[in-house]
Amino acid sequence: MSAAESLFDKLWNSHLVKAQSESIPAIIYIDLHLVHEVTSPQGFDLLREKGIGVRRPERTLATLDHSTPTLPPDANGQRPYYTEQAHRQVQTLRDNCNEYGIELHDWDSPYRGIVHVMGPEMGATQPGMTIVCGDSHTSTHGAFGALAFGIGTTEVGHVLAKQCLLQSKPKSMRINVTGRIPENVTAKDLALNIIRYLGMNGGTGFVIEYAGEAIRSLDMEGRMTLCNLTIEAGARAGMIAPDETTINYLRGRPKAPQGEDFEKAASCWLQLASDEAAVFDSEITFEASIMRPSITYGTDPGMSLDIGEPVPLADSKSHEKALQYMGFEGGQQMNERNVDVVFIGSCTNGRISDLRAAANVLSGRSVADHVRMLVVPGSESVRRQAESEGLHEIFSTAGAEWRLPGCSMCLAMNGDLVAAGETAVSTSNRNFEGRQGSGSRTLLASPETAAASAVMGCVASVSDLDSVENS
Amino acid sequence: MQAITKLTGPILVLEQENIDTDQIIPARFLTATDFDGIGEHLFADWRLDTNGEPKPGHVLNEPRARRSPILVGGHNFGCGSSREHAPHALLGFGFRVVISSQIADIFRSNSQNVGLLPVVLEADQHAALMQMDGEEITVDLEQCNVVVRTADGVEHCWPFSIDPFARHCLTRGLDRYEFLNQAEDAIVAFEEKR
Repeated sequence: MSAAESLFDKLWNSHLVKAQSESIPAIIYIDLHLVHEVTSPQGFDLLREKGIGVRRPERTLATLDHSTPTLPPDANGQRPYYTEQAHRQVQTLRDNCNEYGIELHDWDSPYRGIVHVMGPEMGATQPGMTIVCGDSHTSTHGAFGALAFGIGTTEVGHVLAKQCLLQSKPKSMRINVTGRIPENVTAKDLALNIIRYLGMNGGTGFVIEYAGEAIRSLDMEGRMTLCNLTIEAGARAGMIAPDETTINYLRGRPKAPQGEDFEKAASCWLQLASDEAAVFDSEITFEASIMRPSITYGTDPGMSLDIGEPVPLADSKSHEKALQYMGFEGGQQMNERNVDVVFIGSCTNGRISDLRAAANVLSGRSVADHVRMLVVPGSESVRRQAESEGLHEIFSTAGAEWRLPGCSMCLAMNGDLVAAGETAVSTSNRNFEGRQGSGSRTLLASPETAAASAVMGCVASVSDLDSVENS
Repeated sequence: MQAITKLTGPILVLEQENIDTDQIIPARFLTATDFDGIGEHLFADWRLDTNGEPKPGHVLNEPRARRSPILVGGHNFGCGSSREHAPHALLGFGFRVVISSQIADIFRSNSQNVGLLPVVLEADQHAALMQMDGEEITVDLEQCNVVVRTADGVEHCWPFSIDPFARHCLTRGLDRYEFLNQAEDAIVAFEEKR
């Protein structure tokens, strides 16, 4: 009998084109290559330089998301690109997809969206696959039991040309989350708790498998949020073994196998789970029942606290610099500070369940006068679904702006900016200095907390909001 | 890609820990379709004011910054986004080597792909180096060591480990694509078997 394998081992071994030798890393085959406008142009240049085509256009799927405007076209049908260069970059991807025969979800596609929202929605993301994209949040797709990780532009070129990558096998870590997740705690809170413990480099060199009762209880969108944030602990990939939840999500999606083929595929997918005796290089257990709604206070995603706790005292120069940048003092209560901007969206929390959660908090309430709130659906599918449920009206009535799909204010390269010195509660993934615009200050939280903060005008959990209203 | 075997020069120290790729090259500079001139935007939010003018007093604006081929950063350098623009910006500015006590996975692999040498030293050696801003050191990729002479005249030789394949490619300036190209038969066989 062969040795016990983990989910990661099974994915790795089944994609080995060539095993690692003493002098050369392994060559692994890539099943799905997701492409967007920002990190691909120089990758296509490799094809031109070598005079070759895309090896597997049918395994390549492109979208427009990072530098695209979220405001509608003007009266002349012109999209309000932030810069002419951004517009040219979008046109470059369009030209490249035309030239090389790649399926592009352009403005007219009913599926266009943030690459990590669109792939799963279309059923292009499937268990057992290797998936790459020139974007670090490719870890999202691991929620389906895929090996999915971000790559640089040189490697984008490699995959376009050869459908393969040279890779050394990372170490493996299993994170078990036991117990029941409290009702007011979301997948975002769970992730922030884990990153707080690991630190933003605790996962460096590892691929993380999430397991345990609490993980099994998450729906697919919660699992995607958790795997998405795995890179914020330094690990390139996070993954969760496929189960009935995974299969039920994928059944009927346009790019998933259909009918009998689907049932056959599904029974294979269920075999991917780590063997009982699988060994991991590192193993950590968390207890979900003691977790609370969380929010970041510093300039990396590991710097978070339970809402209601005071900002910790600085214990290093870097910590001090972070507090200074954010305008917090150690020991301070975060709800003392006004919030200027609230952003709901991104590949972390821009899915339909996220919008429902935010709308649920905003329903019958208003965004505080001094707060500017943007709600940006993760894809056209999310937008359609939200509008069919009337969520956009709840947002608009409450005083929030309802925008078109895209990455938007998460990395602020499309002109959706937080001004210098302003504080934003954001459902995105990074609170680095200037991430949402030069001098912007970002507090990362769940959609529920972001919406409650928008109503209160300061950092607040949903229970803070409830208790203020009931007092 | 320019080969790198042995390099001697003054170091430039950035004390900050967790220097992420959004600091190295902010997202607003990612809309170009090539990497030309990207070095001018390196650490733009730290180095330049809102008009794009250099902030006086920032270490990266001192004339020596452009003459220092070796950047020493705090723990966990290069975390965050997968943008390859980050190592390109460092190279464009004039750096050839980045030294830290930990370097993020994607940034490390991107650097190796574009010819920027990432070096990880032991914590105590890294801590010592952080106190030696402006001193001349030698990074030898053939020998895999960093040679420094401390103020008391003692010469230290600190070994570092690097993936042998990365070393092979960097010391010869080899493009990794060629290794994939040479595996064409294996790729075809894999595709046929599936």
